[in-house]
Amino acid sequence: MSETVLKIENLSKLYRLGEVGTGTISHDLNRWIAKVRGKEDPFAKVGQVNQRSKQATGDYVWALKDIGFELKKGEVLGIIGKNGAGKSTLLKLISQITAPTTGYIKAKGRVASLLEVGTGMHPEMTARENIYLNGAILGMTKKEIRSKFDEILDFAGCAMYVDTPIKRFSSGMTVRLAFAVAAFLDPEILIVDEVLAVGDADFQKKAIGKMKEVSEGTGRTVIFVSHNMGSVKDLCTSGILLNNGQIDFASNNIEEVIDYYLSSNVLLDRNINDMDRKGNGKIVFSRCELLDASGKKMKKYHTGDRMTFDFDLDQKSPNQLDAEIIIGIRRKDDSPVCFLSNNYTGVEVKISEGVNSVRCVINNIPFTEGDYIVNLMVKSQNQICDWVQDVTYFQMERASFIYENYVYPENYKGFYIEHEWTSK
Amino acid sequence: MENTNDNQWDLVVKPTTSWFNLKLSELIRYKDLLFMFVRRDVVTIYKQTVLGPLWILIQPIFTTVMYVFVFGNVANLPTEGIPKPLFYLSGVILWGYFSEAFSKTSSTFSENAAIFGKVYFPRLIMPLSKIFSALIKFGIQFALFVGLLVYYLVTEPETINPGVSMAFLPVLLFLMAGLGLGFGLIFSSLTTKYRDLKFLIQFGVQLLMYATPIIYPLSMMQEGSTTRFVLELNPISHIIEAFKYAFVGNGSLSAGGLVYSGIFTLVILLMGVVVFNRTERTFMDTV
Repeated sequence: MSETVLKIENLSKLYRLGEVGTGTISHDLNRWIAKVRGKEDPFAKVGQVNQRSKQATGDYVWALKDIGFELKKGEVLGIIGKNGAGKSTLLKLISQITAPTTGYIKAKGRVASLLEVGTGMHPEMTARENIYLNGAILGMTKKEIRSKFDEILDFAGCAMYVDTPIKRFSSGMTVRLAFAVAAFLDPEILIVDEVLAVGDADFQKKAIGKMKEVSEGTGRTVIFVSHNMGSVKDLCTSGILLNNGQIDFASNNIEEVIDYYLSSNVLLDRNINDMDRKGNGKIVFSRCELLDASGKKMKKYHTGDRMTFDFDLDQKSPNQLDAEIIIGIRRKDDSPVCFLSNNYTGVEVKISEGVNSVRCVINNIPFTEGDYIVNLMVKSQNQICDWVQDVTYFQMERASFIYENYVYPENYKGFYIEHEWTSK
Repeated sequence: MENTNDNQWDLVVKPTTSWFNLKLSELIRYKDLLFMFVRRDVVTIYKQTVLGPLWILIQPIFTTVMYVFVFGNVANLPTEGIPKPLFYLSGVILWGYFSEAFSKTSSTFSENAAIFGKVYFPRLIMPLSKIFSALIKFGIQFALFVGLLVYYLVTEPETINPGVSMAFLPVLLFLMAGLGLGFGLIFSSLTTKYRDLKFLIQFGVQLLMYATPIIYPLSMMQEGSTTRFVLELNPISHIIEAFKYAFVGNGSLSAGGLVYSGIFTLVILLMGVVVFNRTERTFMDTV
């Protein structure tokens, strides 16, 4: 941890909102005239803070504003933030895919970015040809690739198919091949976007292991962006939280950043109608509460308690729709816990025009202590109508029937299953 | 102080760069990638076709046969005493090289948006690779042309008269490639913002062919006439005529015309590279 290898100062990026169509020539002319007269870009001034859910008032927006940080050799930096916080824009600027509006990026050594696995791979070409092509695209020379060729093939585990066109490969195999090429890339600074979200769990583990190995072993500096708090925590040493294009929180301890992010974003009561959602909007969630056994609103439960999910669903059309309502429950670190659905239990739910009230009861909550996050989805006619993530949260506390001093092993925090012991 | 500091960094990204920073050293570092792209183009284009690379030859053969029929026999345009197939074939392959170089490079940004959006390499590698893969195609077609030339040398030696100026072929090809690349770079940069140009390119190349002495000799137009003047303004005319002069001993070679083409090429090429390098920096935001 000595030398600074990446330095970013005042970095900002201005984007134009709306369609690039009519008016671009006149804007270009205005901008050009201002430039000739030695004035600053007339449109840069009207740029506003990047706040996605607010209605835009101007034509331009700062996707990133005044970002500055330094990275030391061997540091693994995790960048986290909501969708649209500017994470990808920042990666694009550092990887030279697009130029910044203001500010500097200075780096020592070769910078390689992995924003997608298998960029430029051609389905008609064989695995061997693709390894060379993809390696060259990522910045390796032919000689480097040749010297690592066997290792790459071995890591990908597809030595048998080396002369087969990759269009015959399964998608998983293609990803393995592509990742293998990238893993043997040897830059001083490696930039990785959520590429690990693909491939099977086994391979993801292998990929994270490989990345960890190189950053620890060879002192490679890594910048990693992911929504998966689990892998960020596993891999990174320091972290930056982006919010609305600005650095909200930064620390040399990744856990602090993750905790801050989760407490500021998820574990905060927000109005469900303002949240980001996906789906066709035929049916939408308009209210969601958690109620305890006595019907009171509650966020804290004990293992074995009774919990009620109480929602309102709005529907506009006069037709009655059959709906599937899904409740997804995750732990705070993003690991999935369970999934509840009325179709799973075989109960029909019909949603008619106006506000519909629906309840789902868990009688004996089996969750062990910790923070839990709730996602909601409603489907109808095989389409997603509304899908809202991080709707609400609840905390589980140790039940009175569990021995209070018992220390539960960290990686076995699954469920409490009622069980009895006997001995003779 | 800022400058002395910059020296210790290998990469400095700034909002603006100088106009003439051509980043040649970077291009050289990525030469293997250039080779890979050329290889990819050559290897994949005729995959899953029965005739494969034969298509490279079938195209000019059929076009030549058609031209001999339509322009030679029906319209009865003169060919300066050169056997018609040889006259048209020379024009077809040379024009083919320009048009391929131009149209392939002019879609650089729009066709590679996906890959450019994910990884950085000097963007110029992409259009350069198109120029080289077009050159390989031209090489194969040129072999066909040489075959036809030898055939006529044996059967009708009096009609053709190849000269030592054949040695200038590389120069002519360089000019052709430079024009195709230069125009291609300018158009690819402009189409990222103004897509209208895409439609212009589609028929523009075809129309330009008729303003170039491909299907008729330049000598057909009277010296000093407006038509002749317009044709001579077209830098490609001089290259085509010089090619015909060198290989079949006919056509009008003019040193002045070639110098004009040369200067024109250099200017367009430089403009193209500069505009391209400007666009490259932010095109992902507009495409």
